[in-house]
Amino acid sequence: MRAATRVAGILGLMLISGLSHAAYQLNMTPGVTSFSQGAYDIHMMVMWICVVIGIVVFGAMIYSIVKHRKAKGAVAADFHENTTIEVVWTIIPFLILIAMAIPATRVLLAMEDTSNSEMSIKVTGYQWKWHYDYLGEDVSFFSNMSTPMEQIEGMEQKGENYLLEVDNKMVIPVNKKVRLLFTSNDVIHAWWVPEFGVKKDSIPGYINESWIEVPEPGIYRGKCAELCGQYHGFMPVVVEAKSEEDYVAWLDSQRAMAAEAAASAEKTWTQADLMNQGEKVYKTACAACHQANGEGLPNVFPGLKGSAVALGDIAKHIDIIINGVSGTSMQAFGAQLNDADIAAVVTYERNAWGNDTGDVVQPADVKAAR
Amino acid sequence: MSAVIEETHEHHDHKPTGIGRWLFSTNHKDIGTMYLWFSFIMFFVGGSMALVIRAELFQPGLQLIEPEFFNQMTTLHGLIMVFGVIMPAFVGLANWMVPMMIGAPDMALPRMNNWSFWLLPGAFGLLIASLVMSLMGMGSAPNFGWTFYAPLSTTYGPSSTDFFIFSVHLMGISSIMGAINIIATIMNMRAPGMTYMKMPIFVWTWFITAYLLIAVMPVLAGVVTMMLMDRHFGTSFFNAAGGGDPVLFQHVFWFFGHPEVYIMILPSFGIISQIVPTFARKKIFGYSSMVYATASIAFLSFIVWAHHMFTTGMPVAGELFFMYATMLIAIPTGVKVFNWVSTMWKGSMTFETPMLFAIAFIFLFTIGGFTGLMLCIAPADFQYHDTYFVVAHFHYVLVTGAAFGIMAGVYYWIPKWTGNMYDEKLGKLHFWLTAISSNVLFFPMHFVGLAGMPRRIPDYSLQFAEFNAMATVGAFVFGFSQLIFLYNVLKTQRGGVKATSKVWEGAEGLEWTLPSPAPFHSFTTPPTVK
Amino acid sequence: MTSQLNSADTNASRSNTRVISRLLFVVVGMFGFGFALVPLYDVFCDITGLNGKTGGRLALSDALQVDMSREVEVEFLASLNANMPWEFKPLQHSVKVHPGQPTRVEYVAINKTDRAITGQAVPSVAPGQAAEYFEKTECFCFTEQKLEPGERKQMPVIFVVDPDLPEDISQLALSYTFFTKPSGTQHATASLK
Repeated sequence: MRAATRVAGILGLMLISGLSHAAYQLNMTPGVTSFSQGAYDIHMMVMWICVVIGIVVFGAMIYSIVKHRKAKGAVAADFHENTTIEVVWTIIPFLILIAMAIPATRVLLAMEDTSNSEMSIKVTGYQWKWHYDYLGEDVSFFSNMSTPMEQIEGMEQKGENYLLEVDNKMVIPVNKKVRLLFTSNDVIHAWWVPEFGVKKDSIPGYINESWIEVPEPGIYRGKCAELCGQYHGFMPVVVEAKSEEDYVAWLDSQRAMAAEAAASAEKTWTQADLMNQGEKVYKTACAACHQANGEGLPNVFPGLKGSAVALGDIAKHIDIIINGVSGTSMQAFGAQLNDADIAAVVTYERNAWGNDTGDVVQPADVKAAR
Repeated sequence: MSAVIEETHEHHDHKPTGIGRWLFSTNHKDIGTMYLWFSFIMFFVGGSMALVIRAELFQPGLQLIEPEFFNQMTTLHGLIMVFGVIMPAFVGLANWMVPMMIGAPDMALPRMNNWSFWLLPGAFGLLIASLVMSLMGMGSAPNFGWTFYAPLSTTYGPSSTDFFIFSVHLMGISSIMGAINIIATIMNMRAPGMTYMKMPIFVWTWFITAYLLIAVMPVLAGVVTMMLMDRHFGTSFFNAAGGGDPVLFQHVFWFFGHPEVYIMILPSFGIISQIVPTFARKKIFGYSSMVYATASIAFLSFIVWAHHMFTTGMPVAGELFFMYATMLIAIPTGVKVFNWVSTMWKGSMTFETPMLFAIAFIFLFTIGGFTGLMLCIAPADFQYHDTYFVVAHFHYVLVTGAAFGIMAGVYYWIPKWTGNMYDEKLGKLHFWLTAISSNVLFFPMHFVGLAGMPRRIPDYSLQFAEFNAMATVGAFVFGFSQLIFLYNVLKTQRGGVKATSKVWEGAEGLEWTLPSPAPFHSFTTPPTVK
Repeated sequence: MTSQLNSADTNASRSNTRVISRLLFVVVGMFGFGFALVPLYDVFCDITGLNGKTGGRLALSDALQVDMSREVEVEFLASLNANMPWEFKPLQHSVKVHPGQPTRVEYVAINKTDRAITGQAVPSVAPGQAAEYFEKTECFCFTEQKLEPGERKQMPVIFVVDPDLPEDISQLALSYTFFTKPSGTQHATASLK
C-alpha cells in the first residue's frame, strides 16, 4: 500500500509540474473548418451520452457494492430474471443509438461532399515525406521534416514545433474550397491535420479525395497517421493558409524559384558551393538512412564513408542516385532532386567524412547522365 | 514445475511421470496447465517489450532504441499478447474447466489436444527467433505492426516476414484444432441431463468462441498465404501493379480481425458470469439473455469489419452501413453489463480477489466499450483513427477486460487446480496495484490521442510529454506488479491452506462437486444433472 | 485415455468423427472463402466504385446519348511508383466535357535511362462513386508499355462520361500511376476465376 501512495505522490507532482507548461491538451481539437467542427461536436455529444450512461450504470453498481455486502448483513434475494426489465434495457439503448446515428449521418454526408471545389492539390506520400502538386499551376515540391537530428537525439534544446516543422509548407488560400487528391509512391500513408478534421489514407496506385476550406490565415500542423516504415513518426504535415493575394504571390515565387533552380543547373559551380549545397541535400534526403556521419546502420543501411560507391566510378554513383537500386530501400531520386542538387550531393558524398576523391561533379554531368 | 504438481496429485490414479508426462500428455488438466504457463511466460515476454516501448516514450526524443527497433517491438508486442497470451490462456482455462463443468472425464479428442498445444512453442519460437536474429544484426524482425498492412509487409517487408507467415500458420492450426476439440467436447461429452440451456455461461461463451475461431482463423491463414504468394510466387493480390489492391488486404484481414477481438473477450465474459453470482451468492440474472447476447455479438462481429477502415476512402453508403452495424453491438454488450449489475443487486456480496478483478473488469471494460462506441461514429473516427485514443480503447478492453478476466479466473479456480488456497493478502495487493497502475498507464492515452498523437511512433512532439511520462510510470508499476501474481501462483502450487471441494461459499456447478485438487481424470462416471 | 472411455463409448467416438469432419469442412470452406473474397471484392468495387477502380474497355458501338446541357470537369493526374525512373505527365491538366461525348486526351512518358523499361499504368478515378460512370474506350493502361532507352511516347486515352453520372458530381479526377512491371504478370484473380 505504501508503494501505491508513493506512486500516487509522484504522479500528483507530475501533474502539477505539467500544469505549468500549459502546452498539453485533454480533448479533441475543435479545429477551424466546418469539417473538424462537425467531428468535434459529434464527439462531444457521444462522449456526454456515454458519461451519463456511465453514471447511471456505475452508480447502480457502486450502490449495490456498498449496500448489498455480506459484511453488512445483506441476505441474497432470489430473483434471476424479469422479462419486462430486460426488454426495457434492450430498447432504451436502441433509441439512444438512433439519437446518435442521426446527427452522425448528417455530419458524415457533409464531409463527403467534394463538389464545386475551386482548386485541386495532389498530395503524394513518400517514405518519409510529402509531395504537393498544385494541379494546373505548374508548382510542385517535396516537404521534408526540418527538425534537426541533434534535437531528436537530445543534443540540442527541442524547439517549440519539435517534429512538427517542415522545409516547404503546403500553402493554400483562405476561404476557397480546396480539393485534395491523395496517392502514394510506395506504402500506405495517411495525411492528417487535426484542425481540418481531415485524415485520409494515401494508397499506392489509387486516389482518395477530401476537401478543406480554411476560414482564417494561419499555420496548421499535423502528421502521418498510418504506420509507413521506420520514420513514420517523422513525416509531419504543415499547411499555411494565406490570403488570396499572398497566395498568388507565393505561387509566383515558387515558379521563380523553379526557374532559378533550372538556371543554376546550367552554370558551373565551385567545389565549396557544391559541398555546402550537398550537405543540405544530404541531410534532408539521405541522412535518415545513411546517417549524418555517413556510416549507415550496420546490416540495415550501408555506409557511404569509404564505400566502393562513393570512392568508385562517378557515373555509377550518379546512376544509383537517379535510378535507385531495385530490390533495396534505395529509392530513385531522379524525380525528386534537380540536376544541381544531385551534382552537389554526389560531390559531397565523395568528399565528406574523410572520403577524399577530390571529385567535383557539375549539374551538366548529371543532366548528361539522365 | 512438474515436481510440484505431481506432489499434489500423489493420491490419485496412475499417471505418467517425468518429462514424458508433459510431452506426450493427453490429459486435459496437464495440457491446460501447459497452456496457462505458456501464456504466463509469453505475458512476461510481451510485457517486457511493452516496457521497452514505454521507456522509449517516457520523454520526447530518441533515447534508447532506433525507430526501426521500436517498430519491431510494437509488432511483436501485439502479436505475442494477442496470439501468445490471451488466446492460449483462454484455451488453457477451457481445457481445465470445460470437461469439469459439463461432467466429462476429459476432452473429446485428447491426442489432438496435445498436438494443438505443442504447435505453439514452435510458432512463437519462430517469431522470437526473428527477433534474436535482429538483435544479432541479421536483418530485421517483423516491423509492420500486428495488423501487417500490405504493401508494407509484402513488397516492403523484411525477409523475416516469411518466419512470421509460417508462425501465423502454426498458431492458426493450433487454434483451429483447439476449437474443434472444445466443440466436440461440448457437443458429445455432456453428462446426462446437462442440456445446452443448463450449461454454465463460461461453457456457452467458449462454445460460441470456438465457432468464431473455426470461421475466421482459416481466413487469417488465407491472408498470410496470399502474402506469401505475393512475396515469392509472383501473384499480385495486394500489389496494384499486377491488378491487385492494398485495400483488399485490409478487408480480408479485418474480416478475420474483428471476430478475433470478440474471440479475445467472450471467454472473459463467461468467466465474469461465473464469478459474479458466486460472490453475490445469487443466481446469474437473465441466463438466457446472456446466451442470446453472446450469440448476437458473435453474429454482428462478422458484419462490422470495415469500421477499422473508415479513412481508406470507402463510399459513403459503406461508411454508413458499417457505422450503424457497429453501433448495434452496443446493445447486446449493454445487456451483459446490465445483467451483471442486476446479479449483484440485492445479493450478499463478499470481495475476495476474483470478485475484485471481476468488478474492475465490469467498470473498466465498460469504459473500453464507451470509447468503442465513440470510435464507431465515422465522422469522429476520422479524428480518432490511428491515434493513441484507439490504443487506449483496445488496451481497456484487452488488458482491463480480457486479461483481468483471465486473472479473475485464475484466482477463482486455482484452489480447485492445486488443492490449496492462494494467499488472499498477496492477491489483494496484486489486484490494487494492477487496477490502479493500469489506469495510470492507459487513461492518459485517451488525452494524448484526442490531442493528436498518432500511434506507433517512437518520438512525439512536446505537447504530449506529460501524459506519456505518466503512462510510462504506470506501465512499470503494472509490469512489476505482475511478479506478485507469479509469486502468488507459485506459492499456491507449493502449498498453503487446504481448499475444500466447494472452495467458495456461493459456488455452484459440477466443478465444485469434485475434490480439490481435482482428480487426474475428472468424472470417470458421469454425474447426473437434474 | 481411450481405456477410460470404454467400449460403451464407441457411439461417442463415432459422433466425434462426425463433428470433426463437419468442422473441418467449415475450416476448408472458410480458407477458400478468404480467397473468394478477392473476386468478390472486385465485384463489390465494380458496384460501389470503391477505390475509384474503373471498369474495363467499353465497345465503341454502345455510343451514349450526349447530354449537352451539362458540363463535367475532368482533371488528369500522373504518378510514378517507387523506383520507376520515367518522366510521366498529362499533356493537358484538365478538360470540360459533356457527358456522353467521347473525348481524347494524351499523356506522355519519357524513359531517360539507358535501358529499356516495361511499365504498367494503374488507373483510378475520384470520387469513387463516379468510377462506374467513367468509361474508357482506349487507354494505355489496357496493356503494358515498353519504352526503349531515351524513348518519348505519347499515349492517348479516349473516355466517355456516362450521362447517368449523379447530378451532384461536377468534377472528376483521373489518375494513372506507372509501376515497373512486377516480377509476376498474372492477375491474381484471373488465375482463380
